[in-house]
Amino acid sequence: MLARRYAFRLIAMAILLAFAAFFFVPIIWLLLAPTKTDYQVLHESPFAFGSLSTFAHTFHRVITYQGDLMLTWLKNSAIYSVGGTALALLAAIPAGYGLALTQFIGRRALLSITLVVMIMPATALVLPLFLEASAVHLIGTVWSVILPFAFFPFGVYLAYIYFSSTIPRDLLAAARIDGAGEWGVFRHVALPLARPIIALVAFFAFVADWNNYYLPFVMTYDNSQYPVQVGLQVLISSAPVFSPTASGNASVELFRPDLAMATLITILPVVIVFMFAQRTLVTGMLSGATKG
Amino acid sequence: MTIPLATVVSDERVSARRRRRAGGRRGGQPAGSSRTAGYLFVSVYVVLLLALGVAPTVYAIALALSAPGGVGFAHFINTFNFFEFAPAFEHIFEFEGIWLATQTVFVVTLALMVHTLAHRVSSVFRFIFYLPGAMAGAASVVVWLFMFDPHTSPWAFILHAFHFQQLANTVVPGNLPIIFAIMAFFTGAGGWIVIMYGALNNIPRELIEAAEIDGSNVFQTALRIKLPLIRKWIVYMLVLSFAAGSQLFVEPQILAVATVGEVPAQWSPNQLAYYLAFQLDRFNDAAAISVDLLVIGLLVAVLLVWRGKLFEVD
Repeated sequence: MLARRYAFRLIAMAILLAFAAFFFVPIIWLLLAPTKTDYQVLHESPFAFGSLSTFAHTFHRVITYQGDLMLTWLKNSAIYSVGGTALALLAAIPAGYGLALTQFIGRRALLSITLVVMIMPATALVLPLFLEASAVHLIGTVWSVILPFAFFPFGVYLAYIYFSSTIPRDLLAAARIDGAGEWGVFRHVALPLARPIIALVAFFAFVADWNNYYLPFVMTYDNSQYPVQVGLQVLISSAPVFSPTASGNASVELFRPDLAMATLITILPVVIVFMFAQRTLVTGMLSGATKG
Repeated sequence: MTIPLATVVSDERVSARRRRRAGGRRGGQPAGSSRTAGYLFVSVYVVLLLALGVAPTVYAIALALSAPGGVGFAHFINTFNFFEFAPAFEHIFEFEGIWLATQTVFVVTLALMVHTLAHRVSSVFRFIFYLPGAMAGAASVVVWLFMFDPHTSPWAFILHAFHFQQLANTVVPGNLPIIFAIMAFFTGAGGWIVIMYGALNNIPRELIEAAEIDGSNVFQTALRIKLPLIRKWIVYMLVLSFAAGSQLFVEPQILAVATVGEVPAQWSPNQLAYYLAFQLDRFNDAAAISVDLLVIGLLVAVLLVWRGKLFEVD
């Protein structure tokens, strides 16, 4: 019996480690590839470490590719993501509060619509959004990306769940008795207690916005407007590794370590946010649902 | 793909429900709260909902239904007869079949395994599984391009076993559904494992202990106690993943660029809609495909909200 239990544990651990490798090996490869030259990437072990100086050199090549293209894309991504997230918070937090702690005609209907829109994949709306943005002459402006990002029903639902389950209504009633108006109650009582949910909504909005490809791909015109996710496609299409005919017009050719470095730079902001949010993501968000 | 988002919805719901069961929610309406205040709090969101959710949907439907003589289904029929229409949906359904089947088996199995580990060890695994979620989008496609290239891949020994000697052997149209399934699993599975883990933790410990006292071994406890109790979340994962998978765009789009024509630029319905709109200027036909996709998404959403009983609106 004991032997069988050990055997099971051993098999389970082997399977878990195999899958951990599946998820982690590409990340390791991505970290190591920019430390090597293209030749080394092709001919040395995928897990071999090149040198820090090659890493720095690759970083420099990517950051200075065609002037400051990468920095422009990163700046655009930051504007779209931070702008979208800020507006999403501005709309979602009061809306979640209103849906959870006030009564008005149409509240249930609004909540149901929010759920439906939340589940429907946003990409289905991208082309219709383009047509709408085009009709109001927003194409090519930052608003064509930021405004659709600001519409974040998932954040509204998270805020609704939070306010309806964690804010003591007696506390709000006490503030009203003390003479606070509805806005004052929200601003001075509910909002300071809502920091965890503001952080959570901001996290999900930012990650979704930063990683979004299709919407900015449709809404933006050229390199000066692309976010870094769309920029990655530009790099691939101009890298002779994948597009042998496409390298002629570039002053600097991009190789495999450069593409890996560009990918690394692209995901870095989200990885940093992931690292900071790790506790919340893997344990904290399951508060009330975690072991021990 | 919107899967990572979905994970927390349900986690939040799980914990919210627990808190409520435990008496965390206080009933009754707060004194002094007025309807006007409620409207004001939701006003910004409602404006965004109308302008960026309802309006584009209505606009797309109007475009798709517009016909020379008034209203009609001409654009739907146009797209249906378009020779790349049926293959695009076939591609998606083939991809979904592979992805959903493997994701369900692996996510549930891994979540059950992680749940048997000590908390500290399991949190390391959960983080490793979840981390690729940071790479959703174009970044993961670029990484997997290198993973599928036998010249650069750490998995070259597996690729060689399938007689793939170069990227052009791996990334061929016949392999695309599997390739996209691997990419989707890579970025999305971790989030679902975390959520299944959360659902498993909601099972009362006494129930599991009672089963063990009755002689139930690890397998029996997993299959007969734990699995039925997280069935709802498995259905939730399947339905939501299906809706997200039908919208595939970035993966085939970047592969089409990277393989210089090997992957057709109209592989998925969303790509076809994009192609119709921006290459052929057939916006009404593109709107018809958007409406098709919206209907799929809407059906799934309505099914979940009204029949799934996973969501709480009161």
